[in-house]
Amino acid sequence: MQDILFYIFAFLTLVFGFLVIANPFSRNPVTSAMFLVLTIVSMAGLFVLLHAFFLAAVQILVYAGAVMVLFLFVIMLLDLRAEERRRFKVLAVIGGVISAGAILLIFLRSLLSTPLGASDTPTLEGGTFELGKLLFTQYVLPFEIVSILLLVAMVGVVLLSKKELK
Amino acid sequence: MIQAITDWLGSEAGQFILFSALKILGVFSVMMFIVAYAVWVERKTAAAIQDRFGPNRVGIFGLLQPAADAIKSFLKEDFTPGHVRKAYYWLAPAIVMIPSLLTVAIIPFGSWIGAQKMVIADLNVGILYTFGIVSLGVYGIVLAGYAANSKYPYIGGIRSSAQLISYEIAMGLSVVPLFLIACGLDVGQLSEGWQKFLTGTGSLNLGRVVTWQACHGWLIFYAPLSFIIFLVAMFAETNRMPFDMPEAEQELAGGYNVEYSSMKFALFFMGEYANMTAAAGLMVTLFLGGWSLPIAGLDQPAAAAWVGLLHIAIFLAKVACVLFVVIWVRWMWPRFRYDQLMDLGWRRFIPLALANIVVTATVLWARS
Repeated sequence: MQDILFYIFAFLTLVFGFLVIANPFSRNPVTSAMFLVLTIVSMAGLFVLLHAFFLAAVQILVYAGAVMVLFLFVIMLLDLRAEERRRFKVLAVIGGVISAGAILLIFLRSLLSTPLGASDTPTLEGGTFELGKLLFTQYVLPFEIVSILLLVAMVGVVLLSKKELK
Repeated sequence: MIQAITDWLGSEAGQFILFSALKILGVFSVMMFIVAYAVWVERKTAAAIQDRFGPNRVGIFGLLQPAADAIKSFLKEDFTPGHVRKAYYWLAPAIVMIPSLLTVAIIPFGSWIGAQKMVIADLNVGILYTFGIVSLGVYGIVLAGYAANSKYPYIGGIRSSAQLISYEIAMGLSVVPLFLIACGLDVGQLSEGWQKFLTGTGSLNLGRVVTWQACHGWLIFYAPLSFIIFLVAMFAETNRMPFDMPEAEQELAGGYNVEYSSMKFALFFMGEYANMTAAAGLMVTLFLGGWSLPIAGLDQPAAAAWVGLLHIAIFLAKVACVLFVVIWVRWMWPRFRYDQLMDLGWRRFIPLALANIVVTATVLWARS
């Protein structure tokens, strides 16, 4: 049952992911954004299969619910017609192939260097309580650094949105 | 063959699927009934407030009006304007309905009936799941505005996405103190009935919040500020009157659903009421003691089936009261201006909710 569900969700993730970047039926950015939402939701399904319920809920809450809504918001405010007309550019295709190939190479190398097989019990298991405890004890420094990154972004937004600096 | 089916129904997985299906069917039917009659109550309340009669032609007191409206919606011509984006035009009404139906899945609407816990999915991440689903609710409205491909629905869609995102933050922050308080529940100290009720639940589970309230009193008295923020955010999230910007008739000729007719329009309409019902259920669970009542031993998990039914009745009565208040407010308050709405959300409620979390956490820390 678990295996079947894994294959279903993995297949859906890949198909939706493909449709985000290369949808043969439509060049509409809103459609791409909606397929990205579906990709995120099917990835949340994969997290649930790993017993990482918290991660799955946060994935939907933050990415599908907040980030993608803002994406959609921005796309809708832009003029879409130019995007819909634009065809493939040679340079963009070459750049895309090179970067995708590089990622594939890294992936293959790490895949070949570690033997696959039945792993131990999933380490992601555990409630929010254990996760919170780890975040505030063992991983407190990385956690705080990420918070500072967000603070920097916020300060940047405030600075950019001010019309004139006093 | 029949033997195989009964065997499978006797097994653990079979029982789980069978009872889950029954619960889903029950909750769905009750919810659709509430949605239909909330519309009737709304029209009757409006009539009483405005000194009119309201619907009184179909059945006694117009009680069959919802049925007449449903038949009318189905029989009307389903007109699709030529300029709309077809795929999204068809999808949007369905997307509006789905999140509200998914939210009720984790609301505990009763204690036990027999060996069945009266909640469809007893999730450990409970409240996070709710907010995840609620945050998906904005897609239906945004896509409806986008699909219509004309000015007013578009502005309605844009307005609503900004409004829903803003108030989601305040709503999410307002419930944090509740879980800080309910976290202090010492399960080991509770009676056996409660321990059985809470087996395998985590600290974000909604059943725990109900348990805490049954033992210590309703959370509305412990976190009144949270309650106020949640109440206002609930009006904004369900697009109800003081905040019904997305469909402000006088400004937008109806907003995101202008281009829709017949059953598709009815789905938007039902979606609004289903959202209200789900939000009312959540509010009852979080602040008003859920299915428990602090009299006559009704604050214990049910041992007998009739007590279980009584718990469900208590829950539904509380939901009905909250819904009535929501309807009442609509006919008493004028609409906010859009900039006032945003100002209230970002500059009043979010800082207030953050301060509320800090104060609650400090008080809890000082007392521990």
